[in-house]
Amino acid sequence: MKRPSVDTAGTHRRLSRRALLLGGAQIGFMAMLGLRMRHLQVEQADQYRLLAEENRINIRLLPPARGEIFDRNGVPLAVNQPSYRITIVREDAGDVEQVIDALSNLVTLDPVKLERARTEMARSAPFLPVTLADHVTWDEMSRVAVNAPALPGITPEVGLSRRYPIKGDFAHVVGYVGPVSDYDLSKIEDPDPLLRIPRFQLGKVGIEAKQENLLRGKAGTKRVEVNSVGRVMRELDRREGQPGADLQLTLDQQLQSYVQARLGEESAAAIVMDCQTGDLLSLNSSPSFDPNLFVTGISVPDYRALTDNTYRPLAAKSVQGTYPPGSTFKMVTALAALEEGVITAEDTVWCPGHLDVSNRRFHCWKRAGHGHMTLAKALRESCDVYFYEVALELGIDRLSAMSERLGLGQRFDLPLSGIASGLNPSREWKETVRGAQWLVGDTVNASIGQGFVLASPLQLAVMTSRLATGRAIMPRLVKSVDGVDTGEGPSDLLGVNENHLRQIRKAMFDVSNNRRGTAYGSRIIEDAYRMAGKTGTSQVRNITTAERAAGVTKNEDLPWERRDHALFVNFAPYDNPRIAVAVVVEHGGGGSTAAAPIARDITLRALHGGTPPLAAYPAKDRDRIEAQEKRLNALIPDRDGNVGGERA
Amino acid sequence: MSYLEYSVKTVPTGPRKLLYLHWPLILLLCAVAGVGFMMLYSVAGGSPSPWAEPQLKRFGLGLTLMFIVALVPIWFWRGLSWFAYGGTVLLLILVEVMGSVGMGAQRWIDLGFMRLQPSELMKITLVMALAAYYDWLPPERSSRPLWLLPPIALIVLPTALVLRQPDLGTSILLLAGGGMVMFMAGVHWGYFAAVIAMGIGLVTAVFQSRGSSWQLLKDYQYRRIDTFLDPSSDPLGAGYHITQSKIALGSGGWTGRGFMQGTQSRLNFLPEKHTDFIFTTLAEEFGFVGGISLLVLYGFIIVFCIFAALRNRDRFSSLLILGIAATFFLFFAVNMSMVMGMAPVVGVPLPLVSYGGSAMLVLMVAFGLVQSAHVHRPR
Repeated sequence: MKRPSVDTAGTHRRLSRRALLLGGAQIGFMAMLGLRMRHLQVEQADQYRLLAEENRINIRLLPPARGEIFDRNGVPLAVNQPSYRITIVREDAGDVEQVIDALSNLVTLDPVKLERARTEMARSAPFLPVTLADHVTWDEMSRVAVNAPALPGITPEVGLSRRYPIKGDFAHVVGYVGPVSDYDLSKIEDPDPLLRIPRFQLGKVGIEAKQENLLRGKAGTKRVEVNSVGRVMRELDRREGQPGADLQLTLDQQLQSYVQARLGEESAAAIVMDCQTGDLLSLNSSPSFDPNLFVTGISVPDYRALTDNTYRPLAAKSVQGTYPPGSTFKMVTALAALEEGVITAEDTVWCPGHLDVSNRRFHCWKRAGHGHMTLAKALRESCDVYFYEVALELGIDRLSAMSERLGLGQRFDLPLSGIASGLNPSREWKETVRGAQWLVGDTVNASIGQGFVLASPLQLAVMTSRLATGRAIMPRLVKSVDGVDTGEGPSDLLGVNENHLRQIRKAMFDVSNNRRGTAYGSRIIEDAYRMAGKTGTSQVRNITTAERAAGVTKNEDLPWERRDHALFVNFAPYDNPRIAVAVVVEHGGGGSTAAAPIARDITLRALHGGTPPLAAYPAKDRDRIEAQEKRLNALIPDRDGNVGGERA
Repeated sequence: MSYLEYSVKTVPTGPRKLLYLHWPLILLLCAVAGVGFMMLYSVAGGSPSPWAEPQLKRFGLGLTLMFIVALVPIWFWRGLSWFAYGGTVLLLILVEVMGSVGMGAQRWIDLGFMRLQPSELMKITLVMALAAYYDWLPPERSSRPLWLLPPIALIVLPTALVLRQPDLGTSILLLAGGGMVMFMAGVHWGYFAAVIAMGIGLVTAVFQSRGSSWQLLKDYQYRRIDTFLDPSSDPLGAGYHITQSKIALGSGGWTGRGFMQGTQSRLNFLPEKHTDFIFTTLAEEFGFVGGISLLVLYGFIIVFCIFAALRNRDRFSSLLILGIAATFFLFFAVNMSMVMGMAPVVGVPLPLVSYGGSAMLVLMVAFGLVQSAHVHRPR
């Protein structure tokens, strides 16, 4: 097909005609747009300016009431209370300093907060309200309201503020809210307009943060007419928001508070878990802090005191802390060996106090050696050499598989901040992460929960629950959301031979009930509450050959941060397990002396549901226990957060 | 094909091409983009982040792309027209299949450094394909019914895909833009009268289908139409945008409140104040004078393009320039009508001013094509 390339005169004339026609139409439409603009901006300008200035209609967001948090018995853990605050709109105030001056005659203004407000004002747009004073009393509020005409731009506002009546006992679980920060906003893709409300409270850590979406609710809106100084003239209409969902936790406030008191000032963590359902009955970390301090913004010295403390009060050690599980891990080695047929319960191993593996000497904690050991005896007396020998036969692959089945190395999906996944080491892990080959010595170390193995107290509690029930128990923290239960029916079976479990449980029973058991001192003598447990003492330092030759330094003679961690896990009652307990005392020394007594007291309290009868304790301890329980009871807050009868 | 027959020798070569670019048009584009930066700076409360600075970077990238496209001969781009069209349709199908969901609509492909909206690209490649088609078709056949079918198919296919996303604004732009190219190619005006009649029929059908099992639009689109027809019916919900936008605009008056002094567009929670509703800020802060100035800048861009097309004796080039000008016109005409309460809120950005990467880059590439057609025109 041949045709002239350049348009012929005829077709080009047609194109030009059409182009000019369409171009004309376009210019015509633009003229129309211009006319419309003139109509809106020139002819109707006064009317719109009036709408905009004199009587502008504002859509205000109504923050929804945040969902409240309760314990399993309905004790309030996080509630909303009315709080009064005074805000200023720079644009409406005119001379800001003069207004603040006038205000300070009526209300006591905190100079620090005032300074903060001034910088906030300088930074933000002139028409945005800035909070001058928070948590103002009702009297001060009324004084401001009466003098409103003399205070242009000042608005007294009522809002809801978060309060944690039980204070420190739930700080690590419930967490706290705080004012939305720029950092928070930058993390969210499409922020809810609510977050732009000044001083809007957002969950920062713990359940408050992780369940933010459930707790926050949906904003309502109200349409108000405001005059030229920004004062609301009347409300035109309002659409209510949707309050956040109330959460009920599986925790028991009385137990939680007792455990917190029992842990005292130690750097420690403790967990009580319903070993049949997985419900967490208490989840403590000590020392703790008062979450109410964070609600309005914590002062710098207060915050520094918390961060500088070597006991790390801000850390939720029960789920965030990971420790070498030490001897509490021996059940895993034992169960794996029984399941794989590496040993039977009757096989014996000779413990001379050490074992030489590939030119390295691995010591038993008892230097003189335990002699002939069976599985039951080895667990009861916590013989290390027995497990070294068993693990050499078993190998790391099978050990690591059992460890995984029992819940170690797993990150449980609870609504808490920074849940640790611990470490269940395997050949593959060492090759990819450490870039080194797995050595047989690593297996020996792992067999007694040392070396690379790390577990959080939560994982230890889950492990104990699984040993006690033979089921794949999963921990649960939220019992119901707005009254709807979140439960999921019974857990699956682990698929472990029940006979093997029974042998291990019996050995654990002996730990705290047999005269030779490592935790015999912390036994319970009430038959209905008898517990089965295991002590653990995990080293945080290497003991050099030289030191061993000179005699291992006693824990009491070491600086705190180099002492051993003390651990104890147990379930109870032995014949019908209801709860599993895990206690870790950081650098507490020996598991049997530092952790086991705490676990025993907690166990009794959890099973009995109140101050346990003294008859449950060994006779020689009763006087001491009586005094201790009396002292602790005085520290436990009641439902309303009042401690020892005093009004908070 | 057609270029084989006029002397390529007369076309400037090498760096000399730069001298033959349509420089007034480039200056106009920069001026409009400059207005955009100012407004984005103001909307962010006097801060280059989060909008003005990235927008500036994208404009720089767009300008570079424009120069690159402009220096490549137009016959190369014409040869590419069909591939470009086909490729864009494939991308549209791709977003349909796997696109990430954003703002309730599947619209973009994530390239890592930016989100590519194939529907934006489609506006240009459709014009290219149509221009190539009518360049190839002997002009006397352009009104024959059988020869009308291919261009109609070319327009309808991407329009339908974009409507499915669902993006009403872009599908209107594609349909109208394609129609305008056909009109300029010399298709008999009777067809357009028929199409407009059918359009009225379709609108009726859309309203009839509401609530029935074959509902043609999404509920939110119906609500937008409702509130366009009567903004006071839902002043807190969907009508809110239009009411607030008119108040902001109207309160600007003759000369506006001054740069960064606007209250309405920032005070009220206009969620799209940096994209589709950016014109309200301009109109509020610089008033009627500012608004008209922007409109005049846009007008000059259109007029320059039309004159460039008239001077160009290559049919593909003329049609391409006119088509791009028409699409550009539709962009700001629809956006401004929407902001001024003359059209429903359909989500069309203000070209070169609204915050957004795809639209900006695609428009700059389009103007690169205009420049290329201008530089390499037969002399």
